[in-house]
Amino acid sequence: MKDIKAKILSNKLVGRVYYKMALEAPYIARAAKPGQFVQIKCSDGLEPFLRRPFSIYRLKAEGSRLKGIEILYEVVGKGTEILSGKKEGEFVDILGPLGTGFSLSRASSLEPRAIIIAGGIGAAPLVYLAEELKKKKIKTIVLMGAKTKGVILCEKDFKKITPEVYVSTDDGTYGCHGFVSRLFHNILKTLESRFETIVYVCGPHGMLRGIAEICEERGFKCQVSLEEKMACGMGACLGCAVLTKSGNKLACKDGPVFNACELSW
Amino acid sequence: MMKIKIGKIRLKNPVMVASGTFGYAKEFEKLVNLKQIGAIITKTITLNPRQGNLMPRICETAAGMLNAIGLQNEGIDYFIKEKMPYLSRIGTPIIASISGNNIDEFFILARRLDKINGISGIELNISCPNIKCKGLVAQDQKETYEVVKAVRKTTSKTIITKLSPNVTDITEIAKAAEDAGSDAVSLVNTFLGMAIDVETGRSKLGNITGGLSGPCIKPIALRMVYEVSKNIDIPVIGMGGIMNASDAIEFILAGAAVIQVGTANFIEPGVSVKIIKGIEAYLKKHKIEKIEHIIGSLKT
Repeated sequence: MKDIKAKILSNKLVGRVYYKMALEAPYIARAAKPGQFVQIKCSDGLEPFLRRPFSIYRLKAEGSRLKGIEILYEVVGKGTEILSGKKEGEFVDILGPLGTGFSLSRASSLEPRAIIIAGGIGAAPLVYLAEELKKKKIKTIVLMGAKTKGVILCEKDFKKITPEVYVSTDDGTYGCHGFVSRLFHNILKTLESRFETIVYVCGPHGMLRGIAEICEERGFKCQVSLEEKMACGMGACLGCAVLTKSGNKLACKDGPVFNACELSW
Repeated sequence: MMKIKIGKIRLKNPVMVASGTFGYAKEFEKLVNLKQIGAIITKTITLNPRQGNLMPRICETAAGMLNAIGLQNEGIDYFIKEKMPYLSRIGTPIIASISGNNIDEFFILARRLDKINGISGIELNISCPNIKCKGLVAQDQKETYEVVKAVRKTTSKTIITKLSPNVTDITEIAKAAEDAGSDAVSLVNTFLGMAIDVETGRSKLGNITGGLSGPCIKPIALRMVYEVSKNIDIPVIGMGGIMNASDAIEFILAGAAVIQVGTANFIEPGVSVKIIKGIEAYLKKHKIEKIEHIIGSLKT
């Protein structure tokens, strides 16, 4: 974990209110694990006052050397608004990598199979995860849910990694019609059972809960990435408490990724 | 040049990190040279473990933030067993912040800590606004006097009493702490405040109200430090929205012998050391030999 001044390598609009920013941060790139995040100071002044957490969307390499990280973000308020106006060559303070990310370890001798489920902007940390799973040669299926066609994120990224990418939209304008949890249900009917299945999810709270319930019924391991408001991002302020079956944990330090079965939904 | 004494604690510089904003120091070890900090004040410890308040616990405001953590901690046994070994190895004075539901709890906590070598001092958090009780100790002169007196009886370690700004006259409370034998007072804790989400019609905090901190409180905190330091003889430890060396020097000129950096640690984890260097540079620039020479030197 380091607090560095990172040069902005690029900052591009990639759809409606979504941006991709690449930051020069070799140390963070080398240390980062999928599911971890960084805290970015969006302004030099007092507005907004706190840093903003962003999950690591991808690592940026130059040849064989890791050069930095990329974040994928939605403009939702003051902080992201300011960030979206930053230009290539400017610098921002970035603290990271932070938190506990996804666990890629296996529990049984069965061949592993990963199912990645992304809801909206929740796709961001899952692209990096999918890349790592591919490196480990783990068979991966990606399910993506979005409100409507125009806000589907990272479909191309995932398709480069795995041929098995399925999309659903709430309004039926693209892919299957309905929530991604229904898509998940349908996919499950077609799956072979000889694998050890691990489900990785990031998205709105209701979706996480829905997916976690299905996984519990089916006996799948399920890791969810939570989003909480936080101040410090490093376990000092205790602002981002998450209620678990073994008491309060911190989204910033013990998470943002938790085993779904540990949470008190 | 920067050395200063608070009670029996010899500080290498007048910058402490405030309770509740620096965890138990280990969280910051990769980002700050902990040895350079004047003193570290731990997150408040209570007799029994506390779960803390419901989420959301924090909320950003204009130039500041509200928090309603509710003193989440694992209790004193855990603190002594799990946190003290690391803290004692740092080599920087460690001040334990404690809070009790009543005088007896303060007494028991202080008695336990009195026996711990790695603890240099005790800060009495009688001013946390986020715990459910009829009123804060720090809002009552007599109660403040009694809590400090009880703790004074059980320990010879340095006692710092942390005051609340949520009072009519903070100097009266400071005097009560001084009369009861406190070695110093620290002020201010957070201001009771709130924020509402107009779309949902709900408070932005699970606890409904919370404590306001950050630069937005600095002018009021500074005025309180100024008033208190004129009226008592024990050292004043100033805090409230200090973000940089210039803010820190303002507090020193107003009468603070030492300052605490709080909320700023959340935004810039290495800020305390930056502030130390900034104060040093200021002293050199103004050819001031000792920090003591400028404490309360406000020109009027």
